[in-house]
Amino acid sequence: MEMVYALVIGVLAGCGTWLLLRPRTFQVLLGLTLLSYATNIFIFGMGRLAVHKAPVIDASNSIDPAVYADPVPQALVLTAIVIGFATTALFLVVLIALRGLTGTDHVDGRESEE
Amino acid sequence: MNLILQHLVVLPVVVPLLSAAIMVLLPEERRTARVVLALVSVLIQLLIGAALLYLTSDAAPFIWPEGVGVYAIGNWAAPFGIVLVVDRLSAVMVTLGAVVSIATLVYSIARWDRPAQPFHSLFQLLTMGLNGAFLTGDLFNLFVFFEVLLASSYGLVLRGVGAERVRTGMHYIAVNLTASLLFLIGVALIYGIAGTLNMADLAGRAAALNPSDRALFDAGAAILGVAFLIKAGSWPLNFWLPGAYSVALAPVAAAFAMMTKVGLYAVLRVGTILQEDETLAAALFYVGLATLITASIGMLGAKHLARLVSFSLLASMGILLATFGLRMEALTGPLMYYMIVSVLTTSAFFMLTGMTDRTRITDPPVSKDEAPPPRPLYVAFGVRKPADYGIDEEVGIAIPAAMAFLGLMFVCCVLLVAGLPPLSGFVAKFALLATALRGAPQSGVPIETWTLCAAIILSGLAALIALSRIGMRLFWSVAARATPRLRVLEAAPVAALVLLCLVLTVAADPVARYLNTAARSLHQPDTYVHAVLAARSREEARRP
Repeated sequence: MEMVYALVIGVLAGCGTWLLLRPRTFQVLLGLTLLSYATNIFIFGMGRLAVHKAPVIDASNSIDPAVYADPVPQALVLTAIVIGFATTALFLVVLIALRGLTGTDHVDGRESEE
Repeated sequence: MNLILQHLVVLPVVVPLLSAAIMVLLPEERRTARVVLALVSVLIQLLIGAALLYLTSDAAPFIWPEGVGVYAIGNWAAPFGIVLVVDRLSAVMVTLGAVVSIATLVYSIARWDRPAQPFHSLFQLLTMGLNGAFLTGDLFNLFVFFEVLLASSYGLVLRGVGAERVRTGMHYIAVNLTASLLFLIGVALIYGIAGTLNMADLAGRAAALNPSDRALFDAGAAILGVAFLIKAGSWPLNFWLPGAYSVALAPVAAAFAMMTKVGLYAVLRVGTILQEDETLAAALFYVGLATLITASIGMLGAKHLARLVSFSLLASMGILLATFGLRMEALTGPLMYYMIVSVLTTSAFFMLTGMTDRTRITDPPVSKDEAPPPRPLYVAFGVRKPADYGIDEEVGIAIPAAMAFLGLMFVCCVLLVAGLPPLSGFVAKFALLATALRGAPQSGVPIETWTLCAAIILSGLAALIALSRIGMRLFWSVAARATPRLRVLEAAPVAALVLLCLVLTVAADPVARYLNTAARSLHQPDTYVHAVLAARSREEARRP
């Protein structure tokens, strides 16, 4: 499981970085989105991977930390997802505004001379 | 009174948040109400800042025993709950932020805040993010407050529409979003290794890590450092900054002068708490030096005043980072003094550029891009018509002798940036150089110190050359220039900030003494750690 998990993060981060460096605004947006997915999965993994462990403590059960998953990274991921979602939406607005103002989807607002 | 004292630490976050929320609810045409609310909010912040300065100094030891105030949010105790912590450095930063906010807000009321609806809310949220970042005692909350201030800054930097603003604004947003992701990765790594995000708790756990974990922990800290350095505008991650700041509206850029310092504050705070190892500190020195050199070259090459001021902001960040990279504890006090002077100067200078731009009859820097955009865009931005940004509205009284005033303020700003007597820019740079040379080991001054001294002096010279050139073109050139109409509301904040720099020169001794104590407590995080974690044991003692 760890291997698959690490590979997923690696592939997402790699694709995200490549897209981030592309000249089209929509590619940049997708790159940022993929990178934020990779980051979120990474944060989640930092709480250690576990199967069949709940993050919320059950009052009727014994209070043994070994039975539960670490809830803090899950809370962090939730916050990061919300913030990432909002900033991506804002970026989308700016992207459309730039397209409307300059008539091109190049990040510099004009096509490079080639 | 006791209730206010008890909740004093959380007020700099709550007050702007509340005022921003109320502004959203007000009907759109109630501009006066918004302005009054905004002014009251920043004034309260200044008062709180002053109170925090007083309480963290040794003058009132009976309230916070070690000069460190801890506020447990929701009364959950320290390592598990989220805490706000105020020590001398935080108090200085909050007060400085409030001073800059008041000046830029008053300036913006003259004409820049129309349409008023999003502007004042965003401005309040910006101050909330700044205050929160200075006060938080928790790494993840540092991230959240960074996002709050960045999100509102995205809105502010796009004000005024125009293709150039949107283009540089998009670069700014893309770079900072990437930096935020790096921030998260660093935070996650540190949590994965140390198991806590509370800074005071981290200090103890970082020291007790076994060597095999230490490498990964340092990697996390380094990634976090890169994120801070992007916000602080250090080379080679700062190419977005001059573009974005120089085309932003003048009061917005002036308020942003404080924002790069949040990155520096984070470096100072987290760097001293985590006790970074020597190689990272050495890297910081070279990064700072490279920032200083590239920014000096940028200053010499800049054609527009706003762009030049952006580069001078970068140069000051270079000096600050390189000085901190020298790892001399005695230097931290003068470093803070220089930081205060540099924030006030840059802020005043950005506001001045808003006024000198008006002297041009033709070709303002962004005018060629401000051809009316297609109609649907106004709807998208909630803007009714471009005339909202015009300068023809009469607010306040026009002052006579406008050119003389502008010239005088320009000369003062040049003196401050270049570090020439008699203003406080000179005192700040002199204190830095003198302390660096005096604190050198007996065997001789190390080469790094000499390099830094040379770089600081040469960058001052570069600033002087570049600014004199632009100043001559601006004030002495034969080409016809319109005499600008200045309003008291715009002139007064600039004059006030310059005057404050003059006061800092006269009162350099008490200010430096306070800052030196702040630096000492920063470098001995024991009192900070103790104060944060002691709140918990007090809490436990009270419970049965």
